[in-house]
Amino acid sequence: MVGKSEPLNGTATAKTGQSPSPSPPPATPMSDLLGNFSFKTLKLKTKQQELLIRVSILCLVYVLAFITRLFSVLRYESMIHEFDPYFNYRTTLYLTEKGFYEFWNWFDSESWYPLGRIIGGTLYPGLMVTAAIIYWALRFLSFAVHIREVCVLTAPFFASNTTIVAYFFGKEIWDTGAGLVAAALIAICPGYISRSVAGSYDNEGVAIFALLLTFYLFVKAVNTGSLAWALGSALGYFYMVSAWGGYIFIINLIPLYVLVLLITGRYSMRLYVAYNCTYILGMLLAMQIRFVGFQHVQSGEHMAAMGVFFLMQVFYFLDYVKHLLSDSKMFQAFLRITVTCAVAVGGVALGVGTASGYISPWTGRFYSLLDPTYAKDHIPIIASVSEHQPTAWSSFMFDFHILLFLFPAGLYFCFKRLSDATIFIVMYGLTSMYFAGVMVRLILVATPAVCLISAIAVSATIKNLTQLARAKDKVSQTGSAKGASSTKGSSKGSIDQSQPFQRNGAFALLFGAFYLLSKYATHCTWVTSEAYSSPSIVLAARGAHGNRVIFDDYREAYFWLRQNTPPDAKVMSWWDYGYQITAMGNRTVIVDNNTWNNTHIATVGRAMSSYEDEAYDIMRSLDVDYVLVVFGGVTGYSSDDINKFLWMVRIGGGVFPVIKEPDYLVNGEYRVDKGAAPKMLNCLMYKLSYYRFGEMTTEYGKPPGYDRARGVEIGNKDIKLEYLEEAFTTSNWIVRIYKVKPPNNRW
Amino acid sequence: MGKASSSSTAQDALALFDSFRSAYSATPTTLKIIDLYIGFAVSTALIQVVYMALVGSFPFNSFLSGVLSCVGTAVLAVCLRIQVNKENKEFKDLAPERAFADFVLCNVVLHLVIMNFLG
Repeated sequence: MVGKSEPLNGTATAKTGQSPSPSPPPATPMSDLLGNFSFKTLKLKTKQQELLIRVSILCLVYVLAFITRLFSVLRYESMIHEFDPYFNYRTTLYLTEKGFYEFWNWFDSESWYPLGRIIGGTLYPGLMVTAAIIYWALRFLSFAVHIREVCVLTAPFFASNTTIVAYFFGKEIWDTGAGLVAAALIAICPGYISRSVAGSYDNEGVAIFALLLTFYLFVKAVNTGSLAWALGSALGYFYMVSAWGGYIFIINLIPLYVLVLLITGRYSMRLYVAYNCTYILGMLLAMQIRFVGFQHVQSGEHMAAMGVFFLMQVFYFLDYVKHLLSDSKMFQAFLRITVTCAVAVGGVALGVGTASGYISPWTGRFYSLLDPTYAKDHIPIIASVSEHQPTAWSSFMFDFHILLFLFPAGLYFCFKRLSDATIFIVMYGLTSMYFAGVMVRLILVATPAVCLISAIAVSATIKNLTQLARAKDKVSQTGSAKGASSTKGSSKGSIDQSQPFQRNGAFALLFGAFYLLSKYATHCTWVTSEAYSSPSIVLAARGAHGNRVIFDDYREAYFWLRQNTPPDAKVMSWWDYGYQITAMGNRTVIVDNNTWNNTHIATVGRAMSSYEDEAYDIMRSLDVDYVLVVFGGVTGYSSDDINKFLWMVRIGGGVFPVIKEPDYLVNGEYRVDKGAAPKMLNCLMYKLSYYRFGEMTTEYGKPPGYDRARGVEIGNKDIKLEYLEEAFTTSNWIVRIYKVKPPNNRW
Repeated sequence: MGKASSSSTAQDALALFDSFRSAYSATPTTLKIIDLYIGFAVSTALIQVVYMALVGSFPFNSFLSGVLSCVGTAVLAVCLRIQVNKENKEFKDLAPERAFADFVLCNVVLHLVIMNFLG
């Protein structure tokens, strides 16, 4: 009896002695403080203390993740940013006003004139439905909020939720300390903030939450082998599919992970349960989204998951038969027969499916992910979007800061303690890092993985260091460590003898770690406030006296359209501004940011790059009443239509070979001054941008017609318009609107 | 030569079958019931696939929901079978009642979605 109770006692003391160490490192001084306080007054046990600290840190992180995204609301106002969010806002408005069924069956005649667009069948409704549900819930609780406020704050709210998921994910793959660090890192990581500031009402805002939730639940399902967690993972996948096209990453990463586990001999029944339940239910649920439809059984991108599903069945069946048959020779014979049959059937099915066109081949977007140079050669419309460009090194540094260095360290720790969960996070990290290198916008997908892996590095390092510091303490105080920690104590003792300055070294390293982490925090705040919080619909610049100048030209122009044009007027512009014109100007557009019809966009590109009389015919055929161009020559705003013009030429020329890119270039150089190509100087876009610009002096000491965005004097100052007339130019000339004249009725 | 080899293969297959039967007879009755259920689901799925091949897959969603209902049922039943099987040491901690509750829950979700999809 005595012999039995003694170790029990020992472990208990060891537990109390040890449990402060897993508590999060940044809170150690606080935990001591709290420990003194609570032992005397509240009499909390160490476990409870730790829980209290953990919960309060999580709450703080939750709040922090929300408020750090509010810079733009404070600086400007509560408004929707950029381009795509305006479409989301418009559809959400429609959803809350007309109800779900109307929304689901909405045919939008205001965009893609004269084709129109079936909105309900061509969008991911997750974001809008989420915002509408939040809105209805608030209304039900009698908070009289406007739907715009809900839309503006949806992304920060979901970012906060993501931190909680990150905590649980970190806890699942490593321990609670890593979870807490992961939550704190992801709360302020610029890579994530760039897409989730207040007002950035875009699919990615909720999608990252859904992505991480799906992964977390899947890993949980693999670890426990429980059907309930797998079901949760399938539901998370459903939410992800409803929210963002990036779900394709999940449906390919999870099979890949399963395959890796199979190959490395880590197959387990838990894996079977988790994967099959998630796949079948997730696939069925995903088919309920109309935009995705039957793609899970028909498109090439989804076939990997199905293949792995069948592979799992074969594998399980073989495993089962092997279990039944004790005779290994017989099993070998059986194995040969089944494997040959399975491979043959699978190969025939895939071959027939592909040949008959039942399984569609991979899409261009998918190819461009695997091969970064593909889009440049084949699909100019994808290559033209700035966020689809390959990532520069500097933006990795900008978005990840110290995480970039901690990531490999975290990988090292993961490999050192290999388990199903760490293999998953390693694979997630490596694949998403590759994709982040291919496309700038996919840094977003990599961010959670980078944060989690870095959190493992930070947590493991600091834990080791604090243990070093504390163990020495303990050794000097009590002489010897006891209970469960005796092995550690002895190992440390041996290290102690070899390294005399170990304790000081540990303190120095700890200090360094805190310094780095605090640098990370300041960097994140700086990046958020300087780079990622501008709405891009309202531009801000520094004036000559250091004061802030606001250019609100976009809204001015759209408001003018709304007030001064007939309600059925059709506006032609480059596709970037389509969503904004329909959402804010409430007018019909020819093309918009949903670039589903390349020919239509090419037609607009052709009109913009033709001579005025040719363009007039095109515009007449499209029923265009107004043409809108964005021009930065007065303000020095560089992302205007003249700088995007070569893409219009390229996309137009891709469909209509009469447009040739060399016609607009001089010796391969793109210029707008006197040396520019004659076709360039007389095409519609040039004329509309620089109409009457030659009369204007933009800077002292420069001749009139000096383009500040490109820093040259324009080549054609005497522009006459024959078929169009200037209708409106905003106060800073950023948006210029022209009216298309009706045809002459006498000749 | 050919005849001899084919007869030996047949003998092999027969021996294989026999050893299967003897090994399988040791399975507990509950698992046998689940196996029957799985067999029924898989054969229903196969019948549907054959029917589709003969008649055509026109209401594709109906076909898919029919087949996926069977496949899903079978897969979930296999999961249940794995979890309640006493020989699987991985699931020692999981009570059979809990496993069955999970199974029912997943089936409810599965068939709710199927009903929505059948349309």
